[in-house]
Amino acid sequence: MQRLLLLGDEAIAQGALDAGLSGIYAYPGTPSTEITEFVQHSKQAKQDNIHSTWSANEKTAMESALGMSYAGKRSMVCMKHVGLNVAADPFVNSAITGANGGLIIVAADDPSMHSSQNEQDSRFFGKFAMVPVLEPLNQQEAYDMVHYGFDFSERYKIPIMLRITTRLAHSRAGVKRRDSRKKNDLKLPEDLRQFVLLPAIARKRYRNLLKAQDLFEQESETSSFNQYIDGPDKSLGIIVCGIAYNYLLENYPDRHVPHPVLKIGQYPLPKKMIERLYEECKEILVLEDGYPIVEESLKGLLGKGLKIKGRLDGTVPRDGELNPNIVAVSLGMKDTYGLPVPSLMVGRPPSLCSGCPHIDSFKALNEVLKVLPKGRVFSDIGCYTLGALKPYEAINSCVDMGASITMAKGAADAGLVPSVAVIGDSTFTHSGMTGLLDAVNDKSPITIFILDNGTTAMTGGQDSAAFGKIEDICKGMGVEEGHIHVLRPLKKFHEENVKIINEELTYPGVSVIIPRRECIVTIDKRVREKFKKTEAAE
Amino acid sequence: MKRDIILAGVGGQGIISIAAIIGTAALEQGLFLKQSEVHGMSQRGGNVQSNLRISDKEIASDLIPCGKADLIISVEPLEALRYLPFLSSDGWVITSTKPYINIPEYPEMDKVMDEIRKLPHYIALDADEIAKEIGTLKAANIVILGAASPFLDMQYEKLEDAIRFIFRKKGEDVIHKNLQALKAGKDFTERQMNS
Repeated sequence: MQRLLLLGDEAIAQGALDAGLSGIYAYPGTPSTEITEFVQHSKQAKQDNIHSTWSANEKTAMESALGMSYAGKRSMVCMKHVGLNVAADPFVNSAITGANGGLIIVAADDPSMHSSQNEQDSRFFGKFAMVPVLEPLNQQEAYDMVHYGFDFSERYKIPIMLRITTRLAHSRAGVKRRDSRKKNDLKLPEDLRQFVLLPAIARKRYRNLLKAQDLFEQESETSSFNQYIDGPDKSLGIIVCGIAYNYLLENYPDRHVPHPVLKIGQYPLPKKMIERLYEECKEILVLEDGYPIVEESLKGLLGKGLKIKGRLDGTVPRDGELNPNIVAVSLGMKDTYGLPVPSLMVGRPPSLCSGCPHIDSFKALNEVLKVLPKGRVFSDIGCYTLGALKPYEAINSCVDMGASITMAKGAADAGLVPSVAVIGDSTFTHSGMTGLLDAVNDKSPITIFILDNGTTAMTGGQDSAAFGKIEDICKGMGVEEGHIHVLRPLKKFHEENVKIINEELTYPGVSVIIPRRECIVTIDKRVREKFKKTEAAE
Repeated sequence: MKRDIILAGVGGQGIISIAAIIGTAALEQGLFLKQSEVHGMSQRGGNVQSNLRISDKEIASDLIPCGKADLIISVEPLEALRYLPFLSSDGWVITSTKPYINIPEYPEMDKVMDEIRKLPHYIALDADEIAKEIGTLKAANIVILGAASPFLDMQYEKLEDAIRFIFRKKGEDVIHKNLQALKAGKDFTERQMNS
């Protein structure tokens, strides 16, 4: 079969389609978004009727995927690393219920936080839940691991985590496809109480999970994704996880590494292979694109025994992603460097697009708040987070999805009144609604801005679950109708908007202000699509 | 044969199209390819960059090591300078001279050009002007690609074929203009090298 040029994300999606996927569930999140988008745009997926609409958040996505697995079909759920925090409850418990139809959880981590609030390592979550984790080294392996993962999941009736990082997710290389496999038929679990986690049942299932760990470890020992590549120079043994192997090979022309190398692509760790490395070598270097998880488990708390080099002893920087230069230095090689960046260089950070509705909203909010001491605007995750930068400098917090409303409430409880929350429409239905309910039930004196641009903009303009529903949700939650205002964030309505915001800031209860105008990038896309269709028709 | 190329510019300036053309041509020649990019910042005026690696051998890292890039191809002059640490000692910088000023602290243009002229190997051209002469400002990125083409160690005809393939749905006129843009860039470089 011919080679396709695919992003790591796309290789996973194509792998799932070829492995008989019945449904993919996700909420947009960089660097995982493209997996679901690939399925959504795929002709193959359309013909096979693969479910691929966006979920309201990662928890509902995880649960829906689990439901499909319950029904005997193969499902996949995708998220970025912090998305796994949201999906943690069903994820951890899915290890105890186990799977029926194959179930793969794709966690796309973002070391160096290219577009995230932190760089947490999802392998930790896999270990925490005690499920096997697959970590591909390149696009081909990512494709192959999906097939393997689904088979493994059905053989052992366990969900599998597939963990990638940004540099693989958003990099293209050639991938050879395999023959497709049919989708599963509907088939309920043999034990109809498999998924009932009453304590009496859960205890039994948990003990099964504990027993299964040995089987998973044996699989890791014989898996083709874990390889012991011997080398003559035993002064150093090297453990490389996932894409770290590429950076190691990059530093040796002709790919001949003189030291023994243990390439890890499947967890739990293959203990016997590690033992062999430990016995034969004088020191061990651990290279992982994320937290020093393998490094720490080898080193232990006391660091006694063989010298283990990595992030914890400064051989590799403690934070940030790996790259070929960092690996070169860790091997004791000379670093390579081109020319220095001239001193006149300045940053070119992303900013709100010219004409963005959020600009008008921030201008109005800033004007109203200028008579009060600063520091009372709690915000959230989306394009509007860019409102923290100059020239607006309009927000004072951004922590996690939905935190704007609940932090504003907490601050108001502490006496910071008025407190303002700024949240997007998609973020609102993701995790803002429960916070709103808390605020309404407590009659909190907060003003909530739900910036409705009709889309999930920052990740590329995906459909927003909130579309057309925001006012009704607020009314349903108990926000008084007289304190819900839909504004038009445009220059010509600036004065009018400022007046309304001013009034609501003084109201000692929950106010919801909805500045509504379509994202200009989405408009552009829509118009282009329409133009294309008209052109095609002519 | 290997070419490690850093593509640079500001979101919306078409560096992904350049990558797609070189990538398609490379695959046609049976070469290995890895291309990594930065997503999401493109619509928001942030700087964007792509690592494009071509080789006749299997490629290991998706990222180009510092000091090993053969080419920096940039559609914006300040962005060309941002990635200098990646440039190898005999690497070339191909850049447009037309600045994209969307930040208040953009340095003075003559200082930017001074830094470019300090480089050991460079080609600098006003791709926008050349594209305008051809009749389509949108092809400025293709002019830059043309200017870089003599350094790619790839068959020029394969780049033309790639353009025909990638723009196949846009009609003969668009294809023709882009092929002209490619040639105009190449001619510029050849004139520079011969002078």
